[in-house]
Amino acid sequence: MRAFSYVSAPDVATAVRAVSETPNAKFLGGGTNLVDLMRENIEHPDVLVDVSRLPLNGVEELPDGGLRIGATVRNSALAAHPLVRTRYPVVSQAVLNGASAQLRNMATVGGNLLQRTRCLYFYDTASPCNKREPGSGCAALGGFTRDAGILGVSERCVATHPSDLCVALVALGAVVEVESTRGTRRIPLTDLHRLPADTPQRETVLERDELITAVELPPVPAAANSRYRKVRDRASYAFALVSVAAALRLDGDTITEARLALGGIAPKPWRANEAEHVLTGARATEETFDRAAAAELDRAQAVGDNAFKIELTRRTIVATLRELTHEGSRP
Amino acid sequence: MAELRVRVNGADHLLDIPPQVSLLDALREHLGLTGTKKGCDQGACGACTVLADGERINACLALAVQYADREITTIEGIDHPIQEAFVRHDGFQCGYCTSGQICSAIGMLAEHKDGMPSAVTGEPSAEGEELTDEEIRERMSGNLCRCGAYHGIVEAIGEVAR
Repeated sequence: MRAFSYVSAPDVATAVRAVSETPNAKFLGGGTNLVDLMRENIEHPDVLVDVSRLPLNGVEELPDGGLRIGATVRNSALAAHPLVRTRYPVVSQAVLNGASAQLRNMATVGGNLLQRTRCLYFYDTASPCNKREPGSGCAALGGFTRDAGILGVSERCVATHPSDLCVALVALGAVVEVESTRGTRRIPLTDLHRLPADTPQRETVLERDELITAVELPPVPAAANSRYRKVRDRASYAFALVSVAAALRLDGDTITEARLALGGIAPKPWRANEAEHVLTGARATEETFDRAAAAELDRAQAVGDNAFKIELTRRTIVATLRELTHEGSRP
Repeated sequence: MAELRVRVNGADHLLDIPPQVSLLDALREHLGLTGTKKGCDQGACGACTVLADGERINACLALAVQYADREITTIEGIDHPIQEAFVRHDGFQCGYCTSGQICSAIGMLAEHKDGMPSAVTGEPSAEGEELTDEEIRERMSGNLCRCGAYHGIVEAIGEVAR
């Protein structure tokens, strides 16, 4: 790993000033992604500003019934929080389906949102990668694409965003609070990550010196009946081939509120707006679920050998909605 | 280079190391505590698992400087019934992953006791349930064993848990 200098920030103002004033400085959270990338010589900051111990580690109830989650809350603490487990079970389940217990104890919520969108070739410095070296080409095209996306990818990059937590948060309409020397701004999570298009090296709309300080969840009545379903190559501790975060509110057999997002298939946590549109107000039947999945996957395209993901996504959406219908209609 | 104070197995040490040194390398190369193993060095195998204030972490992805004020426990500082249970149940073959498995198991038992759910745990009301083999396998999935001693590992942990 290349040499760098390290600063531990006592408060948010000091942290954002330090990164703002120092070229090639980066914020350091739990380190589970950034330290790994630095060791592989993919990231090489000159200065790390440690924000992992900032006093942003609370989960607070908001007056409207929503939740405010501090950016340095550890992933494990978020998953175990009683309000998260009862009001937003999909969030707890998503966290617990990601990484390992060791990594969840280290990783922060802010860092989870900002882990790099990546594929095997991004990590392989012997291969070209438009994300690592803009303009150098994409080794995944024509290569191993089992983990590549089927929605939102471009000819420059087909990597997927690996977060499980983000899929649940984006389904629930989470808002990210960001701090910099220019003040505070609030960004809907669905707008935080960019699609790759011609600039896959730019993964989010954040400026280099902007620090995520909190994530807010609005009150979502449907969230009490929510679920995260992850399909992967082994039973635990693997990235998603496909994952579905879903929440359904039912009145009899009519869907009054639907939330749906997909993971493992796109360069960003993918809010399934088309599917939600079909579901809302419709009867909770197998036929409706099929139509919803088909609407979302209408523009899905296989990249090399990942065509199986289109059918797998369809089936996983339908299975998750079916499960929520049976549970949601319980007395 | 500033001196770094680290607390390991109840003793304080002053280390003159740059910030890129991982907690794992600080333990092994600078303190001579080679019981903690380096497997993948990228957070995938769990061989480097140690406890920080009782919580299990991967020492390979931890910068030592980030853990300066934490109480670190390595296999050298552990005297726990799980160790004999691993011997009784053949919870290892080559032994390379074992110190990580032991530290991870101790952290896991504490998490379970504190009500930490896992991906296979049901609704919050199901808390306090027995640590089933399915739960143990899920909760220990961050520790790989290339010899495949998983059956013995699950039995050993299950015996101590129950």
